[in-house]
Parts: sequence; structure tokens; C-alpha cells
Amino acid sequence: MEEKNEFVREVAEKKYQYGFTTDVQTEVIDKGLSEDVVRLISQKKGEPDWLLEFRLKAFRYWQTLEAPTWGHLKMPEIDYQDISYYANPTAGNSGNSGNSGEIDPELMKTFDKLGIPLEERLALSGTAVDAVMDSVSVKTTFREKLKEKGIIFCSISEAVKEHPELVREYLGSVVPYRDNFFAALNSAVFSDGSFVYIPKGVRCPMELSTYFRINARGTGQFERTLIVCDDDAYVSYLEGCTAPMRDENQLHAAIVEIVVKENAEVKYSTVQNWYPGDAEGKGGVLNLVTKRGHLRGRNSRLSWTQVETGSAITWKYPSCVLSGEGSQAEFYSVAVTNNYQQADTGTKMIHIGKNTKSTIISKGISAGKSQNAYRGLVKVAKTADNARNYSSCDSLLLGSKCGAHTFPYMDVHNNTAVVEHEATTSKISEDQLFYCNQRGINTEEAVSLIVNGYAKEVINKLPMEFAVEAQKLLGVSLEGSVG
Amino acid sequence: MAEDTRQYTDFYAQAGKLICERSCEVMNAPRAEALQTFSALGFPTKKVERYKYTDVAEDFAPNYGIALTPLEVKNLPYCHRISEAPVDITPYYNKLADRQDAVVALNTMLSVDALVIYVPRNTKVEHPIQISNVLNGEQDTMVNRRILIILEQCAEADIVITDKAVDQMHFLSNQVVEVFAGDGSHLNLYEVEETHLLCTRYSSVFVQQGRDSHVHHTSFTLFNGHTRNRMDICLKGEGSEVILNGCVIADKTQHVDNNTLIDHQVGSCQSSELYKYVLDDSSVGAFAGRILVREGAQKTISNETNANLCATSSARMYTQPMLEIYADDVKCSHGSTVGQMNDEALFYMRQRGIPEKEARLLLKSAFITEVIETIPFEALRDRLHYLVDKRLRGELSKCEGCKLCK
Repeated sequence: MEEKNEFVREVAEKKYQYGFTTDVQTEVIDKGLSEDVVRLISQKKGEPDWLLEFRLKAFRYWQTLEAPTWGHLKMPEIDYQDISYYANPTAGNSGNSGNSGEIDPELMKTFDKLGIPLEERLALSGTAVDAVMDSVSVKTTFREKLKEKGIIFCSISEAVKEHPELVREYLGSVVPYRDNFFAALNSAVFSDGSFVYIPKGVRCPMELSTYFRINARGTGQFERTLIVCDDDAYVSYLEGCTAPMRDENQLHAAIVEIVVKENAEVKYSTVQNWYPGDAEGKGGVLNLVTKRGHLRGRNSRLSWTQVETGSAITWKYPSCVLSGEGSQAEFYSVAVTNNYQQADTGTKMIHIGKNTKSTIISKGISAGKSQNAYRGLVKVAKTADNARNYSSCDSLLLGSKCGAHTFPYMDVHNNTAVVEHEATTSKISEDQLFYCNQRGINTEEAVSLIVNGYAKEVINKLPMEFAVEAQKLLGVSLEGSVG
Repeated sequence: MAEDTRQYTDFYAQAGKLICERSCEVMNAPRAEALQTFSALGFPTKKVERYKYTDVAEDFAPNYGIALTPLEVKNLPYCHRISEAPVDITPYYNKLADRQDAVVALNTMLSVDALVIYVPRNTKVEHPIQISNVLNGEQDTMVNRRILIILEQCAEADIVITDKAVDQMHFLSNQVVEVFAGDGSHLNLYEVEETHLLCTRYSSVFVQQGRDSHVHHTSFTLFNGHTRNRMDICLKGEGSEVILNGCVIADKTQHVDNNTLIDHQVGSCQSSELYKYVLDDSSVGAFAGRILVREGAQKTISNETNANLCATSSARMYTQPMLEIYADDVKCSHGSTVGQMNDEALFYMRQRGIPEKEARLLLKSAFITEVIETIPFEALRDRLHYLVDKRLRGELSKCEGCKLCK
């Protein structure tokens, strides 16, 4: 008995290993949201007038909206006046100024602890990182090396200063500020995120990655990422996120926009591990994100791969607008919920161009008292001759108190389209467990083994380093959920 | 108050007294509440998830004459007017229907009479009962139909409800059916709609099933204008089983929206659902099927299939098969497809001298046959094969074989 308690405690304690906070001098603006705050953020970032105008327009529009309630989620009331919209942990320093800037050693240590070394010599080979803490990008590595090929990889604030023409052309072109409530909010107050531009015909030689970290208390993170992949170019982009353990809900409302041109290919992978709240469902990050890719060119390709294990609430639909003829989109997702986590996630595939193809593979795993919903839209416009979609969503239930839901929407306006959807929901079969037990694998391990096998189809799509991390995460997230 | 509901509330203010006089106590009791719900809610907009694909306000907007004629039921076994029912109807009437649905509330408010089919325990109804709804009239008419089906323990019955329209006028029918299937009962319920383009049909069917009961419901929308069918099945007793099938053939500007909910409240129940649509011209099809497995409803087996054939580029299909599951020891699946005819099959037939038009017909009819073949009742099966064939050939412009049509 004693031994078992020891084990349980061990598991409980190690559950969220990124829950520490960093003690660093952070400049946080006063809580609240008004036009003045929007102006202040813009001023702090030294932005040009057109961007301030964009923010203000978005803010005014946001004021006319009401928060949506249609998700299959129990959302706590969010008081938008009780959040600070800008927190700068590099306040004691100069911030991200390329490779030359000095970084606070505390920040350095934080990212080391998270396994994201900011020293290029220590970095995993072949990955360039943009590290974002709270509202500010701390450092972007390998910029010089990428520059040689003409690739622009920097924080969006720098891009506004250095490449205003590119940012101006593409910002808001995929996710306009009128898109939805959270998109409008983000457009008004967005802080840092990454900007990637891959010029024509360039194959990005390394994986680009952004690591997001929320640190300061009482703040929200509103990052904005913009990826533009020009004709015949290729890039693989990774995103990782963590936050400290706090008993308040923290808001994370990001926008990711991707533009894919002719024959170009973008792979976007996310391992989302925001703090999910404690076992009683207290605290945790509210992850309300708008992600969308626009496949503009002929034969362009975009693939979203996501492993969602964190966040108290995940509400996002990484989507693809397939307007280029012959463009292809893929969506691979594993969403794990445990304890009191809630997820309402999926994708939208909007077929506009001829001969477009999309694939959706979604795997949901619910444990504890969590609710996990897949919601997806496949829309075939009248112009999308010969469009093809295949969707498959499976749910796995671990425990009798959790829920798994599937809400697929299919709107077909073209008779040459072929759209298929299938879904199954079940629990781990007794036979499989028994088979493992017989061979001396205890139940806990057996579940982890089976779950990993179940999620393999998606995890295989991730770049190597991420796949290893994702596999470990799956194990950790589900620990203690069997029985 | 919203403008679109006014004509109905005004009508009720004028004719309410007359309705109550012509009706009976059981039906009059819930009217006040229904009026209140209806005025408060108004017609559901497209923002209401279950009415996403149908514009209710528009369907109810025309100025219809509202029929207030009581039923005539002459000596049919098991069938009664509500005022002549052999049992106390109070525990049944308006107890299953969704009282927060404005369309149902409107029916409760305006219906004058209700048909009660009551089958006592351990009784098997030998011959199928057919309820034939014939719409005729010299002017545009709205009818509010109400049917109550009560099967006591281990009772068995086959019921066919057919909708027909004789005159080329605008008709709006708003039907509410409540079915109580007692423990161990068996019910086969078929609905066949063959009206015309000017007809609008709203049907809300609510079923509650007891232990080990078995309900098989099939709906055929062969010809119509706008149709909206709502089916709510509540599995309340362990071991109960429900089969919900449907097929839709639509062309021109037809609009067919089937919206189903199967609520697994207890464990060890089975449900299966199969809906097939053939859409031609500028028709619009919608299917939303929600399967809800409540906490504790273990050992549930459920599957849902929706297959659709779009024959032209202007036909539109919206499909939404949903699973909402709160129990872990279940096997649930759903699948849905939207596609077109198999070119190879067409080519194969044409090679063998079958003209393209005929080959297309054959494929469509084969596609629908899967639904018809699930019907255990042979005479109806044959009849449906015949009707579907005629329908696909475009020859079914008025109802077949009834004496009212010349």
C-alpha cells in the first residue's frame, strides 16, 4: 500500500515538468483593454502608422462582437479587462536584436531547462529556433546562415521594421481581423511571433521552429505567426509551447497565417503542451487559436500535424483554403485530454480549386473526466471539380467518466466531388490488455504501448526530434489514468 | 414579438376559443404554455444548430388558411379520436414532444384533434394500419396533425403513414407524432411522402422505448417541396433496439432536411441508422444525425451511415453525422459519403447495350434498394420498388392509385 502511494505521488508530481516560473525583470503594462492600450503596445514596439491603423480597426470591430459559445466546451468567463496585454521579460535588456544581443542569463537558463538551447553550437543540428517569452521574441538562432539563402526568419516585430512591404502584403490576408472574435482580439493586441519568408525555388535547409513560453502572471499571450512560401519553395516549421503551473486561467489567442504559392510545400507541426491545469481542473491555459493556410498556387501543398496534450481548453481548427488548382492539404492530429481538460478541435478544408485533395486523420484520446471533441468542416465549392476528401476520426476512451465526440460537417456543392468520412469510438480492448499482461507488461505500460500504436499514424508525420518528444508526452499525459 | 410569428399568434387570439370548443380537455390543457413558448422563442433561425439547414420562418411565412377540422375515425380497430380513446391519455399527450421547439409548440397550440393508436398488452395487430393524409382544398392550407401511438407491454404493430396531395395548391403540414413503445413491444413505422413541389412538410417524431423493445422506422421522401423531418429516439429501457432508415429522392428545387437524435440513456441498447439521398437538378439535401451515449450507458452498439449521390453540379448536400459519447465500453461508428455514379459501372452497362439514361436509372435505383430491402413487410417493399422506379423516371407527378386523383 505504502509503495503504491509513493508511486502515485511520484506520478502526480512529475506530471507537468515545465511548470516552473522564471524570475526575471519583466515589464508588464497595466491590466485592461482600450484604444489607449492598443496604441501603447504599438508604440512600445515602435510600429509604423499603417499597423497601428490595422490594430485600431480590429479593436473597434472586436468591441462590436460577443464571445462565441457554440463550442462543446464549458468555458470559464473571461474578463478581458483583467488581463495584461503586454509583458516584456527582456525589459532589462535590449530584446531580440539578432545574434549580437545580450540575453539575460535567467532567460538563457529557462530555455535550456526547456530543452531549447539558444546557443547555436548547442542546438540540435538542423533546427533554427525563434524563442518567444510572453510578448517578446528573445532570440532567433541561425539567422545569418538562413540569410545566405535569402530566407527571412525573424520575429514579426523585426519583420515589420525590416521588411514592411512583405508584412503589409500578407498580414491579415489569410485570417482577416473580421474572421472571428479571437482573431479580432489578436489583430488588435498581437505581440510577437515568427515571420518566415522562403524565396522562390529555395528549399529551407533546416527545420524552423518557434518556442512559445508564457511566464508572467496575469498576462495573455497573443502571438502572430506569418509564413510565406514562394513558388517552388519548401519549409518545415515546428511550434512548441509550455507555460508555468498557475491556478488561474491564462489566455492564449494566437493567429497563424500561411501562404503557399505555386508548387511550394509547407509542413507545419505543433506539439502543444501548455499547462493543462491541475487534477481538479484548476488553472491551465485557454488555447483559443486561429490557424489557417491559403494554398494559392497550383500544386501547392500544406500539411498540419499537431499533437495536443496540454491546455485546460483547446479550441482551434487549423484550416486550409485550397484555391490553387491541384493543391493538396493534409491534417494529422492527436489530441489527448486527461483530468478536466476540454478540447474542441479539428480542421476545415475548403475546396475551391479544381482537382484539389485533402486528407484528415484525427485521433482523440480521452481519459479522466475530460471531454474531447472533433469538429471538422469539409466544404466543396461549386468550382472545385474533382475535389477529393478523405476524413477519418477515431476516438479512444480511457475511463467511464470521460467523453468523446465527433461533429463532422460536410457541405458539398459539386457533383464531381468525392467526400468520405468515417469515425469510430471505442475503448482499449480487454483482449489487447490481457495479451500484454500475459507477457509481463503491466497495465500502465500496456496502455501506453497501445495508445502509442494508435497514434503512430500521426506521430510518424512529425520530424524526428518532435516525434520522440511527442511519444514521451503521450506517456506522461496519460499516466495515472488507468484503473 | 417577431413579425413572422404574428400571423399565428393573431390567429390564435381570434380562433383560440373555437379551437378549444372543437377539441378536448387533454389537448386544451397545454395550449397556454405552448402559446407562451411559441411567442417567446419565435421560429428557430439558422443559428439554432438543429435548424441549421432549413429556413423555418420562410416556410411558415405565407398566409395559409388554417384547417380546424376534427378527425373522422370510423370503427377501425385500435384507432381512436383522442376524445374517444379507451385509456386516459393525460400521461401521454405532449409528454414526449420537445416543448422548447417552436414548431412543435405551434402544433400543440393549433391542433384540434389527435389520432390515438392504442395497442393493449400482448396484442399483435394482424394487419398493418395505414394512416393516409390527403391534402386537398381550394385554397392554400396549413394543417396541424397530431398522432399518438401507444404500444403496451409486448404489443406488436405495423403502421404506415402516407402523405399525399390532391390539389395543386400550397400546403403546409405540421405533424407531431409521439410514440410510446412499452417493454418488449415491436413497432414498424413507415412514412412515405409523395406530394408535390408546392407542399411543405414539417414532421417531428418523438419515440420512447422501454426494455427490450424494438422500433424500426423508415421514411421515404419520394416527392415533395420542402421537407423537414425531425426524429428523436429515446432509449430508456435496457436491451432496446432502434433502426432508423430513410431515403430521399429529390430533384428540381426540392429541399429535404432529416434531423435525427438517438439518445442512449441506458446501457445494452443498439441503434443503427442508414440514410440515402439521390439529388438531382437544384435540389438541396441535408442530414444531421446525432447519437448521444449518456454516462453509464455501457455496452452500447451504434452505427450510422449516410450515403449521398449528387447527380448534377447544382445539387447541394450537407451532411453531419455526429457522435457524442460519455461512456467508455461502447462500440460506435459512423460514416458518410458524398459522391457520384461509378463511371466504370456505367460503361459496363453501356457496353452491353443499355442506353446511358437507363443505366443511370438502374444505378440510382440500386443505390436506393439497400434501404427498401430492410423493410420486413413484403407488400410495402414491392410497392416502394414500383414507386421509386416511377419516381426516378419522372412519372410520379401525382399520387398513384388513390381514388381521389383523376
